[in-house]
Amino acid sequence: MSGGREIPVRVTKVTPVAERIKRFRFERLDGKPLPYFSGGAHVIVSMNDFGHIRRNAYSLMSPPHDCAAYEISVLHVEGSRGGSTFMHERVKEGDEMNVSYPVNLFQPDWRARKHLLIAGGIGITPFMAMMEQFTREGANFELHYAMRTRDRSAYWKELAERYGSQRIKIYCDAEGMTMPLDRLLDSQLLGTHLYVCGPSGMIDGVLRAGMEAGWPEQNLHSERFLSSLPGKPFTVELVRSGKTVRVGHHESMLEAIEAAGVDASFLCRGGACGQCETEVVNCDGKLLHHDVYLNDEEKAAGRKVMICVSRFEGKTLHLDL
Amino acid sequence: MAIAFKQESFRDDFSYRNSPENISRFPFPFDRDEYMYSVNMEPHVRGRPGTVFENLIDVDEHYVAEMHDRMLVLKEDPLRYQALPHMMNAQWDTLELLMEEQATGYPEHFTLTRNGDEWRWVNRPLGIDDTFTFGDVSTLPCEPFEYITRQAQGDFCIVDQRDGNLWMDAGMVTTQADWSLDFDIGMNFMEWHGPVPLAHQAGVFDRALKFLLNLQQGKPTRRFNWTMTINPRLDTSPENYHKWGPDRTTVTPENVAEKVHLRVELQSLWRLPRSNAILFVIRCYLMNMGELVTVPKWARRMPRVLRTLPPELIDYKGLTRYREDTINWLSKYDDGAPTSPGIFPD
Repeated sequence: MSGGREIPVRVTKVTPVAERIKRFRFERLDGKPLPYFSGGAHVIVSMNDFGHIRRNAYSLMSPPHDCAAYEISVLHVEGSRGGSTFMHERVKEGDEMNVSYPVNLFQPDWRARKHLLIAGGIGITPFMAMMEQFTREGANFELHYAMRTRDRSAYWKELAERYGSQRIKIYCDAEGMTMPLDRLLDSQLLGTHLYVCGPSGMIDGVLRAGMEAGWPEQNLHSERFLSSLPGKPFTVELVRSGKTVRVGHHESMLEAIEAAGVDASFLCRGGACGQCETEVVNCDGKLLHHDVYLNDEEKAAGRKVMICVSRFEGKTLHLDL
Repeated sequence: MAIAFKQESFRDDFSYRNSPENISRFPFPFDRDEYMYSVNMEPHVRGRPGTVFENLIDVDEHYVAEMHDRMLVLKEDPLRYQALPHMMNAQWDTLELLMEEQATGYPEHFTLTRNGDEWRWVNRPLGIDDTFTFGDVSTLPCEPFEYITRQAQGDFCIVDQRDGNLWMDAGMVTTQADWSLDFDIGMNFMEWHGPVPLAHQAGVFDRALKFLLNLQQGKPTRRFNWTMTINPRLDTSPENYHKWGPDRTTVTPENVAEKVHLRVELQSLWRLPRSNAILFVIRCYLMNMGELVTVPKWARRMPRVLRTLPPELIDYKGLTRYREDTINWLSKYDDGAPTSPGIFPD
């Protein structure tokens, strides 16, 4: 088993949204509706870069009940490993691509009395779909959206118009505004669930503040897609398939293993879901775990590795693949 | 081809029987001569015609009688259907899935017409022709999950996913093998599997939970479970133990063929789109030993499997009192020849 089922789609619209942010609209090649999804879901977009397949996860931001098309927004990341550059510079209207079936690792808790959404920068995208779903279902929500500057940020104007200033609060760094996090956390209705998506530092800060304010851990939700960090090239031996795979500076183990023609399973490609967990048969060196899936004990034991984001430094690494 | 639905009972006079065609499509669960616990999951994809895998939601000759039995159970005990308030999205997801699959698999019996959110559902075997607004509970006679599971064979549980676990938060359970929705509702995956011996120690549930948490939309999965039941009784709930428990003392060497039934659960698991919940479909098939031995391969294998069961399982599945008699009766049909691998008849 590898990733989720794929659907062939055509890029029917590319829209510049803000500085370095573009929105992409995908429709099915066969003209049928796409599968429904739940707010917070992502798809894996496969990019064919001259025969080299890149796969990135992007949150679905279109209304979940509208299956005519899927929409994602892509931030052109500085120091991109290639995916966001490909999306920004190469993908044009009319192009054919593949997207996976939706996967949701950031599902709202349907029991919540209220949903408190905290977004930073491009982390706004999963909340766009969630808010559509909450509205349709009559659920109570509020969005707090932090950004550096208004011209580099997406959708704040549309959101304020759609949902009103009671529900949408904007905090712009450049204008000296800060989110009153402590007050927010202290003033919520019992049974509120908090969701945060944005830069890693912001997620850590919000979760820590939530715990310190006495929120139950189960009411605090976050989503971060880690990308595989660049690092020194290394070699992996695949015990079952008998292949030796060279992992390049900007490549992940999973990408190198796929390029060598070995099928490995994955869902998020971001160190969060656990699907690509792989047994370490032999390791002479140091595993550089970058995922948020394994706990500290498992990471220290060194018997498992999440090949989508983690790396290796040392002499030999043998994996059960 | 139209199915000839039978009029039969799962109680009182127990007139339930399988036709020869239905015996040949029975999902015999043992692919070898001994029984071992395993996670045994495989993709739930369409399989060969003439088997229960022909469609992803199976409808057979017992459909009308089973739906009638469900109605009787619910009338007596409405708590066999329950859904916690946060599961409404998942209820609609389930209604859509079951209507789509039944209409696709059996167009001569079921028709679904969708016009935006205005849907029309025609169920010919049960004489139902309803128009309703998808998403609007007030346009159906009852909640959407109850509505559709009164029209689909098998038990249904919807589990919510949160905090790295699965929670049984809705169910229609009237054909169960000695467990209770009313007892398990609101429990998580580990809690409701609490009583199963051996499998916890083997780590089966840890692996199964991990697998299910990553279950993907568009890729349903399935597994078998089995037990044995005396008389073709669908409702073997703890609530009704006083009715079916004593049946187990009534087995004699003379009545094994008629009384002792293999009870197979074909469980399929589906990731639902709008709610991200998981639907467990637990479809129950019953076949008595007399019917079972009409398939020579199964006649050889069944007594061998029963002989190799670990004592904990014999006890857990409640076979203790009649296992010996059943093995003795079945042994007449085991000529000692090797059996072929797999579950299908030769």
